[in-house]
Amino acid sequence: MENIVIIGNGIAGVSAARHIRKLSDKRIIIVSAETDYFFSRTALMYVYMGHMKFDHIQPYEDWFWEKNKIELVRAYVNKVDTANKQLLLDGSRALQYDKLIIATGSKPNKFGWPGQDFHGVQGLYSKQDLDLLEVNAPNKEVCKRAVIVGGGLIGIELAEMLRSREIPVTFLVRENSFWNGVLPEGESQLINEHIKEHNIDLRLSTNLKEIKADEHGRVKSIIIQETGEELSCDMVGLTAGVTPNIDFLKDSGIELGRGVKVNRHLETNIKDVYAIGDCAEQHEAIGNRRPIEAVWYTGRMMGETVAQTICGNKLEYKPGHWFNSAKFLDVEYQTYGWVFGARGRQDYEEQFHWRHTSEKICVTVSFHKESKKFLGINTFGIRMRHEIFDKWLNEERSIDYVIEHLKDANFDPEFYRQYEQEVVSKYNSDYDKSIKSKKKNLKRIFNLTN
Amino acid sequence: MSTYDRSMALTGQPPAALTRNQKLATLIGLFGLAIILLAAFNVNFPNKALWLSISLASISAGTIWFAWDMYSKKEPGIKNDGVFFKSISSKGFWGWIAGIALTGFYIILYFYPEYLGLVAKGDNKGVIGLFDPLSRALSGNPASQWFVYGTLYTVAILAFGIKFLWKYRHNRYEKIRTMSVMFFQTAFAFIIPELMARLNGSSVLNGGSLPYYDLKNMWPLNYYNFEGYRIKAFLNSGDIGFGLLIFGIATVFIISPILTYKFGKRWYCSWVCGCGGLAETAGDSFRQLSDKTVKAWKIERWVVHSVVVFVTLMTTAVIYSYLGNDTSKYWLTKSTFLIGVATLLTTVFALVMIFKREQLQKDAKYGAVGYLVIILALIGMHIFSGEGNVFLFKSETLRKSYSFLIGSIFSGVIGTGFYPIFGNRVWCRFGCPMAAILGFQQRLFSKFRITTNGGQCISCGNCSTYCEMGIDVRAYAQKGENIVRSSCVGCGICSAVCPRGVLKLENGPLQGRIDSNQVLLGNDVDLMTLVNKK
Repeated sequence: MENIVIIGNGIAGVSAARHIRKLSDKRIIIVSAETDYFFSRTALMYVYMGHMKFDHIQPYEDWFWEKNKIELVRAYVNKVDTANKQLLLDGSRALQYDKLIIATGSKPNKFGWPGQDFHGVQGLYSKQDLDLLEVNAPNKEVCKRAVIVGGGLIGIELAEMLRSREIPVTFLVRENSFWNGVLPEGESQLINEHIKEHNIDLRLSTNLKEIKADEHGRVKSIIIQETGEELSCDMVGLTAGVTPNIDFLKDSGIELGRGVKVNRHLETNIKDVYAIGDCAEQHEAIGNRRPIEAVWYTGRMMGETVAQTICGNKLEYKPGHWFNSAKFLDVEYQTYGWVFGARGRQDYEEQFHWRHTSEKICVTVSFHKESKKFLGINTFGIRMRHEIFDKWLNEERSIDYVIEHLKDANFDPEFYRQYEQEVVSKYNSDYDKSIKSKKKNLKRIFNLTN
Repeated sequence: MSTYDRSMALTGQPPAALTRNQKLATLIGLFGLAIILLAAFNVNFPNKALWLSISLASISAGTIWFAWDMYSKKEPGIKNDGVFFKSISSKGFWGWIAGIALTGFYIILYFYPEYLGLVAKGDNKGVIGLFDPLSRALSGNPASQWFVYGTLYTVAILAFGIKFLWKYRHNRYEKIRTMSVMFFQTAFAFIIPELMARLNGSSVLNGGSLPYYDLKNMWPLNYYNFEGYRIKAFLNSGDIGFGLLIFGIATVFIISPILTYKFGKRWYCSWVCGCGGLAETAGDSFRQLSDKTVKAWKIERWVVHSVVVFVTLMTTAVIYSYLGNDTSKYWLTKSTFLIGVATLLTTVFALVMIFKREQLQKDAKYGAVGYLVIILALIGMHIFSGEGNVFLFKSETLRKSYSFLIGSIFSGVIGTGFYPIFGNRVWCRFGCPMAAILGFQQRLFSKFRITTNGGQCISCGNCSTYCEMGIDVRAYAQKGENIVRSSCVGCGICSAVCPRGVLKLENGPLQGRIDSNQVLLGNDVDLMTLVNKK
């Protein structure tokens, strides 16, 4: 019986294991140093905020693994010996494999800031980081101020977490507007405002110069590069992105770039070794995607794909249309297709933007300047139906069609106020059109033929 | 697991800590309760109407002020910070105290009303005496323990309803739904029946008296609706009485199936029902305590369906016991009635087995077959049993045991008393025969579902954690599968707490209502077609 070993019990590794089990009765072993059981990494924040206990963020009951004959090993992999096809666990034990899947995820970036390793300085990625945060910032007495460095998704989540315990937060963002490397200007601006509404001290265009510590090596303050200002604080969160967690592979002979280099079949340069999820790096980016995609959904999709290959149905990783979502404090964000921020915007891309006059709600639709083909949509404060946009992107619909049928795509709860009328009239006035919003149609939405 | 253990020293810190205003508000609310408690110890208040008003006003004001302080200063959005740090909402010390106090209250209410001051002949004393002025103002009669309970129940739904409205002020579905339960409780459960009592003896009713009737309360939740004394009272109360009897039958067999087909059982369970109303308002702080394990689900299915069988047998026996044998006196006789019941059950069973066979899980099929056999066998036994005995027991024994075990212990003492321990829908989930029947329709004959939004689920678990019915919503969402479960009451909280906009309650076509995908939307189209082909 073939022995499949998966390093990492995150969404990528577990998806691979589940799908291999569906397709075969191979022996499956998952090795993880982080936790005994799979948990939802994106939900760690809710444990600190008291919305859930750690048990709640584990998607499967404990009996699930034994029932599905997925063996779980709690150990740290020190070394991969590809010549002998074995792993060295915890510096002593060896574990043989026939096929190896590397799914070790990421670790927080540290850019060599002076003082970045003091006590009280941490990232937020792993279960251990969460435990550490309970030590560094258990309440507003122990942690009188926290400074967060890096304006991305983890940064704003960490800010929300700390604010739930009423800990004052200063949020240093290198860019001149929050996450504007990804978000178009209007949306980024909306989130800037929302961050301030939550009494977070947002400092844009601000970099960290150094972190200072007291005589015990505990963080006591930080210095801001631009102004030289010293801010006293008891905790520093480093949230300037993540990088693949692959140090243990250095001498393994597996080709590494920033991540583990893989081809479209998710194979590394070594036979029978695969890499998926955050730690995998494509030789060439797929479409508009980045070579390393550190996103929940792509981790899952790579797991689904590699399971096919391992079970004899060799398959390329060929993700469909891009989609993603997030929640910025109280504002939900969804994206389907490609909508770029100022930095990444393509020459052919034009964007239509509508924003509600008072609420934190906006829509940005991007389309091709010449052909008027619909390229993608971002929504803030409005939920959209994934199936519909996937279909429209497949059918290469025009922007006019999308605007006209926008009501079909609305996924907000029943009775919510709908804004399609306002979106359409803004579009009409921006582009001198006279489109009428089509009524919501169940047949179109549910793809019924009769 | 090395999950960091929060020590006791951390209580008293946000978000678990109470603000000064919240402490004051709690004090005001407790003052209102203290008046009632003093009355229970037979402190005789001089001006009962005034003291009762003060008491109810303090309880409401305390609750509302607390809620105002808690939510109004925050941005609209999900307000679950610290839920699992607060002892009241995480089965901590205060949770157990509240559970024990509520359970005690229910035991006294159901079994020892004399301790509340009920006096059969003469003026009421104690708590019930305190409520006399209000009762007289509404119906003209002195209060009973049920009037006291009804009043407190309504106050709870209204005050905690306002709290809920603030908590979910960003969510119109929740707001409208909550206003609906507040309305139905106040108007249908509380005021209308009391006013109806004023008609008793009047000429509109031909001099008859209507039984106490909460119009929205249908059989089998209202398991006593077809008992002999009520039927008599309906039939003796002119056209209105007859109309109400017909309405009572129509709600079960016509109105509720139609509404459930169109909207799912939520139209009743989380929009109209009084039990649901209390669970959604006063019980909202406990929704996260329901058990989500597969084991709990198994127990739930067996227990709740057994209650359905029990209530069906009991009601059949009770109606049977007062019907006659002589067709010339009344068209409905003992035997025609039993044949009718057997025909109805067999028809439903046959229809389900013919058209919905593939949708039933294995154990549900076994259960259905077993139950049908039992019911038919018991009915058959009647034919061979003597006068006074129906089935194996006297009908009165069945009725009394149902009323005690299900009507009192299950729905009251356990159902509400254990809110802070088992969550706010224990009764609805494990005990309510109405919920089971509506759920059966919802699972098999309804347009309602919770749609999962393509591949957007991140398995975070908020939906499952905050499902009061103990449905593991995430198990479906992370598979890209719609949630079509008989127990879902459609409260909409899973959709509200979802951080990624994955869930939507909606009524849509039956085609493709239940769809399960191995590979979720967003991946390679070829892979999806390959794996998902059925």
